[in-house]
Parts: sequence; C-alpha cells; structure tokens
Amino acid sequence: MAMSREDILQQVQEILIDALGVDDDEVSLEATLMGDLGAESIDFLDIVFRLEKAFSIKIPREELFPAENLMNNPEFVSNGKLTETGLNEIREKLPHTDLSEFEKDPDLNKLGDLFTVNAIVNFVDNRLNAA
Amino acid sequence: MRWIWIDKFIEFNSGRSAVALKNVTLAEEHLHDHFPGFPVMPECLMIEGMAQTTGILVGEARNFEEKVILAKIKKAVFFDYVKAGDSLRLEARIESLAPEAASTSGRITRGEKLIAEIDLMFSHVDKNLAGKEFPEENFVFDDASVFGSLLRNVASQSADRGAAGSEQE
Repeated sequence: MAMSREDILQQVQEILIDALGVDDDEVSLEATLMGDLGAESIDFLDIVFRLEKAFSIKIPREELFPAENLMNNPEFVSNGKLTETGLNEIREKLPHTDLSEFEKDPDLNKLGDLFTVNAIVNFVDNRLNAA
Repeated sequence: MRWIWIDKFIEFNSGRSAVALKNVTLAEEHLHDHFPGFPVMPECLMIEGMAQTTGILVGEARNFEEKVILAKIKKAVFFDYVKAGDSLRLEARIESLAPEAASTSGRITRGEKLIAEIDLMFSHVDKNLAGKEFPEENFVFDDASVFGSLLRNVASQSADRGAAGSEQE
C-alpha cells in the first residue's frame, strides 16, 4: 500500500497524541519521544501496537526500538558511551534514524533522543513504500 | 482478602474476548462513604474490575505462564453513575498480544446504557524484567487463586450449554 509521507506523518501524529496524551502542536518531526513527549517504556509498546493496527504491518519490538538489548551489552557500551561496535550495531539497527549528531558524543543518556517522530515516520515509510 | 470486582464470567473466548458480570450492592461498605448520602460505585473500582476481566483474559491466553500486570490505562471515560442494585456487564477484548505485553479494549454497560469505555495495557513482567524476582502473592491471575474459580465456573457453564445444545439436536 503506497502512502505519502504527509499521510503517514498525520497518522503517526494522531497515534502519538492518543498514546502519550500530548497536544498536536507538540508532535513536531524533531520532537523526541522520551525527552519532549514524555514516553515511558510501556508507551513504546503501546505505540508499536497502534502502528501495527493503523498501517496493517507487523513490527518486531526490537526493530523499531532496539535500545534495551544494546544498553545491557558490555561489547556495545563502555563508560556510559557506545563503543564503535555499539555504534555500528545501532547504525545497522536504525537505518531510518539520523545518527550524525549522536555519533559526535554517543552518550547512553542521549540514546532516548534518537527516537524522534521523524524516525517513526521514516520507519513506516520504509515499510510501506520500499520496493 | 482480595478485592474482586467481578462476580462471574458469562462468556470467555480464550485469547480473544470475555464478558464478566458485576452486581453492585449496598453491602459494599465503600458505597456508604462514596459519597455520603449519594452512594455510587467509585470509577477507579470499575477500572479495577475491567483490569481483572482483561487481566485474566490476557493471562489465560498464555496459560498463566507469564505474570501479567496492569501497565497503563490508555483510556477511561465514564458516562453515568453506577448505584446499588445495578448489574454491570464488562466486555473485554484483546486488541494486540505480543510476548512482552498486551493491549485491550473494554466497555461497561448496564442494560442498553453505556457506562464506561476502558482501554488498558498489560505487561508480562517475566519478559520485561528478566531475572528479577517478585513475591508470588502479588500475582493473582493463576489457576490456584480465587480468580481461578471464576474461570472454572465459566468453563462448566459452557460445558452445560454444550450438553444442552447436543440434546436439542
């Protein structure tokens, strides 16, 4: 099913407004789910379920929000920062996310900032419109 | 003692939906204080009743292998007061079920009247907090608890109906 990015964005915004109880003007493309919109871990699952329903797709939890496995693996994390191996892992896992800012200072605490509204739209766009 | 806010199941479709019944009575002491002179069932207890109905439904869907806890109230909207003498019908449905969580929707009605819409999320704590231990008594949705008897009752009702059906044929 082909959908334009605007249509996807609009649906994603509605989902986030419902799931997180935020106002529509808060859900900008750059807004981070945890920092700006106050999402907690259970909300990520809620959002995944809602996305699956709205777009009729199946989303393995690890695929959209793979942070948990990463944080618990000493190979990927050292001194509270991601190692080069960890960065490679996240590049591979999050092809739909812009990592250029994060790579300059891959602090674990900033991992939450990677999950933006834009990243979700990219993910869904990839899923629906990839050839 | 446990507060249980449903009296029995009248329908139970494993992994999909369930309907429970709750009869409200003035013997419930909290009604005398909520509110003095105007006894109504507290809305938070209706949420709890729905959480019990859907929680059992979610737990049973995976044979109570996981500990199921209420993780999020996605929606709770109330349309009317509930008073002593009311019979409530709690209809619950599983919307999504994954290894680590479930999402449910629910409606409470009294006769034709819609009383509440309550959508919930449950977390399977075993899958989300691997290795951490919890005291067993905190968890109610297993076969041995009072809730187990609710399930056995609905199972025997269905069996009775099945038997009656086959006699008619």
